[in-house]
Formats: sequence, C-alpha cells, structure tokens
Amino acid sequence: MSDPILQLKGVKTDIAQYHILHGVDLDVPRGAVTMLLGRNGAGKTTTLRTIMGLWKPHQGEILLDGAHINGLNPAQIARRGIGFVPEDMGIFSDLTVEENLRLAALSGQPIPERMDWIFAAFPALKTFWKSAAGTLSGGQKQMLSVARAVVEDRELYLIDEPSKGLAPAIVATLARALKDLKNRGATILMVEQNFSLAKALGDHVAVMDDGRIIWSGAMAELASDTNLQERLMGLKMESAG
Amino acid sequence: MMNILSGDRPKSVILSVLLAVILLALAFAPFLFPGSRSLETAARICIFIVLVASYDLLLGYGGIVSFAHTMFFGMGAYGVAIAIDRLGTGYGAMGLGALVGMVVAGIVALLIALLSLRVRAIFFAMITLAIASAVAVLVSQLSQFTGGEDGMNIRIPRELTPAFRLGEVFGTRVNGKVLNYYLVFTGCLVLFLVMLRLVNSPFGRVLQAIRENAFRAEAIGYRVVFYRAMATCLSAMIAALAGSLFAIWLRYVGPSTTLGMEIMLDILLMVVIGGMGTMYGAVVGTAIFVLAQNYLKELMGGLSEATSALPVIPDLLSPDRWLLWLGVLFILSVYFFPTGIVGRLRGTR
Repeated sequence: MSDPILQLKGVKTDIAQYHILHGVDLDVPRGAVTMLLGRNGAGKTTTLRTIMGLWKPHQGEILLDGAHINGLNPAQIARRGIGFVPEDMGIFSDLTVEENLRLAALSGQPIPERMDWIFAAFPALKTFWKSAAGTLSGGQKQMLSVARAVVEDRELYLIDEPSKGLAPAIVATLARALKDLKNRGATILMVEQNFSLAKALGDHVAVMDDGRIIWSGAMAELASDTNLQERLMGLKMESAG
Repeated sequence: MMNILSGDRPKSVILSVLLAVILLALAFAPFLFPGSRSLETAARICIFIVLVASYDLLLGYGGIVSFAHTMFFGMGAYGVAIAIDRLGTGYGAMGLGALVGMVVAGIVALLIALLSLRVRAIFFAMITLAIASAVAVLVSQLSQFTGGEDGMNIRIPRELTPAFRLGEVFGTRVNGKVLNYYLVFTGCLVLFLVMLRLVNSPFGRVLQAIRENAFRAEAIGYRVVFYRAMATCLSAMIAALAGSLFAIWLRYVGPSTTLGMEIMLDILLMVVIGGMGTMYGAVVGTAIFVLAQNYLKELMGGLSEATSALPVIPDLLSPDRWLLWLGVLFILSVYFFPTGIVGRLRGTR
C-alpha cells in the first residue's frame, strides 16, 4: 500500500447522545480507490462527514497529508483539497446546472478541459446546462453532484453511496465516470452498498461495523472470499451477483 | 440593457411589461400624475422598493430572518437629520449624514451578525427584534439628539423644496419638490441596480447556495458565517441609504416614520407579495402594496357609492373597512401566489 493521504486514528464521534464512531482507524492510500463497506448504521456516512468536519470528533486524530485537520471547519477542509459527494446529493435546486458547477470551482472558473471530460461522462449535464438543478431527474442530480466534486482536481474525493436509489443504466454511467476518474490517478474514499460496483472500482476496502473498522485489506482478497464477505457483511446473495 | 440588469432577465412577458410600466410611471410621475399626493406616493414607492429589495437580499437570497431592518433604515434617516441639525443646511451635511448613517449601520450589522449568525435562525430573529426595540426606545429617550417621540424637522437646501421654482415643463410646474423627487428616483434606481448586480454576482450565487443548503455550501468551501455577515452588512448599509433618501424627501424624521414595527411588517408583506429571492419582486410587491395603502380607501369609496342601490355590498365596501380588504388582498395573494407574483409569473418555483 502506498503512503496514505488520509489517516484516521482512534476517531470517536457522538451525535447528540448517541456514540456513533467508537474509534475508527483508517488509512486511505494515495492514488487508489478505497471502499468503505458495512451494514446500514455501521458508521460509514458519519465517518465521511467527520472527515469533512460536518461532525466534530471528540477524540482521535484526522490527518490529511500528515497535517491535522481536526477542528477545522468544513470550508477550510474543502479548501485543503477534499471534494465531497454527500449521500443526499446536496445540489442547489434553485441554481442552474451551470451555476452549481461554477460555484463548485473554487478558483472561480471551471477548467475547459475538465468541463469537456464532465460533458463526455455526463452528457445530460450539457443538455440541461441552463436548467434549474431542481428540475433534473434523480440520476441527473447524482451526476451533477459527482460532477461538482470533480470540477477541479482535488487531493481526495469522498463519495457517499453514489448509486443509491438509481436505475441500473444511470449506475453504469456513474461507474464509467468514476472508473475514468480513478484511471486519472485520483484518490477516492467511497461508501457503497452495491457490492458489484464496489468490486469493480475498489483497490482497497475497509469494512465497518458498530462504529469501528473490523477488517481492511485488498479488494481482490475480499472479492474472492465469499465466506469472508458473509462473515463481515452478510453478503452471501450479493456476492454471487 | 441586459448589462444594466446584470443579465437578470425578467423571464416573463407579463412581468417585463409590468416592470416597464412601473419604471416609466415612476420616471415621469411628476408629469403623468401631477399633485403632491401622487408625487408623495411615487417617492414612497421608489424608497420602499430599495428598502424591500435590501431586505430581500437578506431574507430571499440569504435565508436570514431579521426584524432589525427598519433600525438600519432609521440610522440612515437620523444620520441625515442629525448631521443637518449639527452642521447646518447644505449638501455637504446631507452627504456626510448619509455616509455616517450608512457606516454606522454597517458596523452595527456586522456586530449583530458576528454575535448572532452562529445561532439558529429563530434565535437570530429574536435577537434582532430585541436590538431593534432597544434602539427604538433609545431614540425616544435621547430627545436632545433625536427629538424624541416628536422627531426632527430637517432643513434641506432650498433647491429641493417647493419654494424653489424652475418654470413649467409639459404644463407641469417644476419646482424644488420635483428636483427632490428626481434625486430620490435616481438614488433609488442606482441602489436597485447595484443590488441587482450583487445578487447576480458569484457572491449572490453563494448566498443562494447557503440559503438552500448551508452545510453543503460549507462543504464546498464557502464560509457560511462570512457570507451571511457580508449580506447582513450590505443589506443594512443599503437600507440606511434608503433611510437617508426618505429623510431628505419627507424633511422630517421620527420614530413612527422610520423605526416602527408597522414598517417592518409592511416590508415583510411587500417581500412576500412580490416574491422572495427575486429583486423584481420588490418592485412589484412594493408598487401594489403602497398603491393599495394610499388609494384602496378611495377606490372602495367609489365602489360603495356605485353600488349604493344594492343591499349589503355598499356596507362591505365602506371606505372605513379598507384595512380589512387590504388583509383579504394579502391572504388571496399568498393563497394564489405562494411564490409571490414574480415567482408565479416566472413559473420557476
């Protein structure tokens, strides 16, 4: 495994009176896709939101490129080079597709070459360029959400369940775009429930349960061991697919 | 033209016509509608368009509910009044008063924003209400500076008063009052176009993004508190300038004309009727509301007379009930245009 760009050491996060993360230890290697898997309620989304500073950890360390980012606000963390695709997409419905993407380009102007790539990956965004984002379909909104994170080069992309609730054709489009992003050398930490998609994209995997990482290793190892999948995630049926 | 409007097209033929009619009516009001009452109404519409638009910058674009907007309006008005009172009549004193009022409003808004914008919206609204009430009481108490409850009469330069006569244009006598009107009209037009530029700039887009999803905007890399504080300051400073123009126009400043909670409620109604988050909503909402405030009573009197032969209806349309019908109009407009008149005409939300 190459040197980690992101490290979590004993991260504990509470939401109101609930203890959600009970000490997460995670290394995210540079230039690879790390999948964060686990049952519902295992703490995957909370882990991403804690990295982004949307929830404050009460214990532990989060290091980005060796520098502590605990205690920074989400805007500061984003400006350190993290692109975030939240589970709820978080698009700005009243703004147009164009305005959503321009807003995400912190330099003020999206790079034309990157825009060409986004339009090639998600042609619908070009079609609806001047339309209000709120009028897009669910799949198009997800495309916009991903496009917004990748509109500029980032050190790390945090992507939370991009395939959730989408039709297979849309999932295939997203998978192609993410694969392309990976081939460009991007570092991605992605939460995904669709194990087929996780297998197709992931180089490394960390499995969570009850607010902790209970297993981590190469995706190839987990993908080839159905017993391990069943033991970690109860994936007997899914792994057959 | 699109450059002047900062690329913000009305996006509706009816709305375009409506805006053009309002603009032309205001631009030629002294000649189209002679008489001091109609000029008074036109000036009030101009000033309230700016005041309501500046509140919409805060509420409609920033999603910030504040009850202190009239306080900033009052700061601009009292700035001019106190400056003239202390320095004597003159354009310099007027300008200095407006500038000081604007700066003080900006500083107070910044302090309120920094202290309060981190709390939940409802608490921010309550804090602004408390501060606005405290300032209103203070203005009443500090009568040696503010004239207390009686307010202050302002001696503006003679060129802006009815005593200054210029002659006749298109059969209308042009005097200082007309010049004063065009000062107000031009000032308001410039301030409105500045706001239009603001909301259509990257700053305005970030504000809209924050209104929709503050967490997401923060996660993209925008400091929500900074942008909200900026919006609060800009909105307050523009409201103060509107207040300065109001003081110059009325030649009087008092708590009831600038600081009253009734004015705050009127602003809220105008924003809602016109449509939140659309600068043009301020134009349409204000024009309808101020016209209704000023002429509904007469209109109802005429209707009551015209229907005097019918049972019940003349009583219902009695001019004394004009406030009731204003309320009914408001309820109907909210029911039929939940996104405001402009929102409905644009059909975007």
